[in-house]
Amino acid sequence: MKKSLLISATLATALLPFSGCNPPGQKSAGETKTASAGTPAARTYVAPGDKDEYYLFYSGGHSGQVYVAGIPSMRHISTIPVFAPYPATGYGFDEESKKMLGDYSWGDVHHPGLSKKDGVYDGRFLFVNDNANNRVARISLSDFKTHQILGPIPNSSGNHGSSFVTDNTEYVLVASRFSVPLPKGRYADPKDYEKEFNGMLSGIKVDPQSGEMSVGWQILTPPFDWDLGSTGKGPSEGWAFWTSYNTEMAHETLEATSTQGERDYAAVVNWRAAEAAVKEGKATMLDGVPVIDPAKVPGVLYFMPVPKSPHGIDTDPSGRWIAAGGKLQPVASVFDFEKIMAAIAKKDFESEFRGVPVIRYESVLEGSVPVGLGPLHTQFDGRGNAYTSLYIESVVAKWKLPPWTAEEKADLNKVILDKIDVHYNIGHLVLGGGDTKKPYGDYLVAMNKLSKGRHLSVGPSQPESSQLIDVTGQKMAMLYEAFTEPEPHFAQIIKADTVNAIEVYPKADNKHPHAVWEAKDTGVVRNGNKVEVKMIAIRSRFIPDRIDTQEGDELTIHITNVEQTTDMIHGIGIIEQNMNVVIDPGETKTLKVTMTKTGVFPFYCTNFCSALHQEMQGYLTVKPAPTAETAAK
Amino acid sequence: MHNFLRREILFLRRPLNLTSRVLLLLAAGALAAAIFLPLWKIHLVAPQYREGLALDIFSHKLVGGNGGQDLHEINTLNHYIGMKTLSQADFAEMTWMPFALGGFCLLALRAAVIGRMASIVDLGVLFLYFTAFSLGNFYYRLHTYGHTLDPRAPMTIEPFTPVMLGSQKIANFVQTSLPQSGGYMLAVFIALLFAAAWCSRKELP
Ligand SMILES: [Cu+2]
Repeated sequence: MKKSLLISATLATALLPFSGCNPPGQKSAGETKTASAGTPAARTYVAPGDKDEYYLFYSGGHSGQVYVAGIPSMRHISTIPVFAPYPATGYGFDEESKKMLGDYSWGDVHHPGLSKKDGVYDGRFLFVNDNANNRVARISLSDFKTHQILGPIPNSSGNHGSSFVTDNTEYVLVASRFSVPLPKGRYADPKDYEKEFNGMLSGIKVDPQSGEMSVGWQILTPPFDWDLGSTGKGPSEGWAFWTSYNTEMAHETLEATSTQGERDYAAVVNWRAAEAAVKEGKATMLDGVPVIDPAKVPGVLYFMPVPKSPHGIDTDPSGRWIAAGGKLQPVASVFDFEKIMAAIAKKDFESEFRGVPVIRYESVLEGSVPVGLGPLHTQFDGRGNAYTSLYIESVVAKWKLPPWTAEEKADLNKVILDKIDVHYNIGHLVLGGGDTKKPYGDYLVAMNKLSKGRHLSVGPSQPESSQLIDVTGQKMAMLYEAFTEPEPHFAQIIKADTVNAIEVYPKADNKHPHAVWEAKDTGVVRNGNKVEVKMIAIRSRFIPDRIDTQEGDELTIHITNVEQTTDMIHGIGIIEQNMNVVIDPGETKTLKVTMTKTGVFPFYCTNFCSALHQEMQGYLTVKPAPTAETAAK
Repeated sequence: MHNFLRREILFLRRPLNLTSRVLLLLAAGALAAAIFLPLWKIHLVAPQYREGLALDIFSHKLVGGNGGQDLHEINTLNHYIGMKTLSQADFAEMTWMPFALGGFCLLALRAAVIGRMASIVDLGVLFLYFTAFSLGNFYYRLHTYGHTLDPRAPMTIEPFTPVMLGSQKIANFVQTSLPQSGGYMLAVFIALLFAAAWCSRKELP
């Protein structure tokens, strides 16, 4: 999404007078049309104590987090830290999450993808990609926490074209946004871009039981810049599609150099064939990963021309229609998967690029729907309609998917059903289950890329705004507006009852080797200069509440919150040791501090836990290291 | 006086008809069920515990609601006022109570077989003693728990006795204590004994 911002921001500025921009405080045409009789307020009102119908998972962009909101209230419910530390939950302070984050203190979260079973959400996991450091994370929807971060993925650079989950969560599919000399770490002059650089498509394998991710295989590509994608479903199950925005293979001034061609190539990938090819030993190991050269393994990769600088490419619920939005072309191009299969079978190719067949454009295009200016992404309602975000026009366009009548085909303007203004330039949009076989088709959330003047001023950094649109009727209706933390790129909406979140970690499920549950099992053990503490936290005590160490000691505390009561969370903060760990009921966490400062350091519970919460504290003493003089005594 | 005693002795000697014997069998069944059913429930509701905390008292065990978790929670809360931890191990009566009930059950069966009014009266009297003792013991337990509070506890409160039947407010909690299915079975047992005696009140010795 980021790069489209750069490109189209320029265009947007030029087109400002024509777009849906309004001075602060003035209502837009779209708003005055729909905000009547207070009905939208009634539709989005969720009374205190009542619960929302859907979860909305927003990506947090460079904040590195994922935000959870409810629909229709749009209320922010929770923040799930993924690629950046989050003191509120102690994420990034305890040993386990520190290890997961590795040496990185941030990530650029783009496209959350929910796990699926038979092409519909199963409510188990949410996968999110990190564009900046080539990682994919898995969040469990049982405890709403990040459980695994995979990466940096070898041979992949700029993990933007992710996280696209296959119909039964066999894979999370990834395409690299940038191309670099491979293997990573090798130097080559960017002048030799075409010769020395390569892109990569990756299949991240997901263990069906645990959800554990591993790199399954990769497909080497020319140095295009891969953009967004989607996985197939139904007839196109086993396939995946990505657009690219630099088929020109330019390496500088992309704004101009990569926008010269009338068409760019989309990747049409048979991931089942890729999987089989690796099993048959047709891949070469590169940086520890089996990599397929598509020129040598036919049937894995095809190129399909799509109009100029495309962005999103989305498969409809039937799995037959594939809609691509061309940022610089005012149409959504609809391709027919059946025709794609026929073209492949008949070898109806217009050319070959580096050994990869290029499917004949005219043979597979069903039609170019004139949606409007700057189409980016398309989502579906399951009733045969598609919704495309138009960045430049600041509009959501609703249009009818094929099959079209002869009359409609003759003039595709006739399939445009409705348009609604959003304020200001829209990026992604999401419909409940909009990328599954069975979308919910009630609400659409339009995420705005630039937001202006629709809120109390908070200084130059304007909050991101998202608008909730009712798509149940003939006409779309604007219901509500919410502001989120920076910077949402995409979201997923899932029915609340598909998710089964736990309230406490059951004691029986705690497998931490150093967990203790009774005061009698706690204690401090010294081994050389290593001091290991087994501690429990219970209302309103730490046991033990005194830890004695010496300068230079390496202190490890395994702390178990022995509570089994909802929301009975304890935290441990140690004064001037930059240490803050939050422990949920039934959870055990391990923290490590090296005692560099001498003195006495109070520690305390950071999470208000009872009337005696303030009294929940203790002392960590650090004696000066013995000198030759003191040791002699 | 003489006449009264004679009537009484005659009454005690009355044989039991079929209806009374069947009622005694039902009484034995009710008692057998009481061994396995919860006798009493103590329920605590507070603003921060809207669903409440429950404690089910069986003849042989103490079970916290919410999969046992409520017992831990009640103990965690009670430590603030210095109340002793509620633990099944401390209730000696829970080791013999099921056997006592089993014994009454056998006596009811015996009465059904021997078929004399005297057996019912013996059983009834014995059971009333037992019931009075059990309720007294229950009250004593409640009183003891509420009155032996640790003087070093974080919160000092007036010693109190949790209510045995009905509701009362203790600090921010509303405590409710009511008999449960097992407790009702004990009442059913007594009722059936009366009914059995009533049905055979005019049988000729
Ligand atoms: Cu605490």
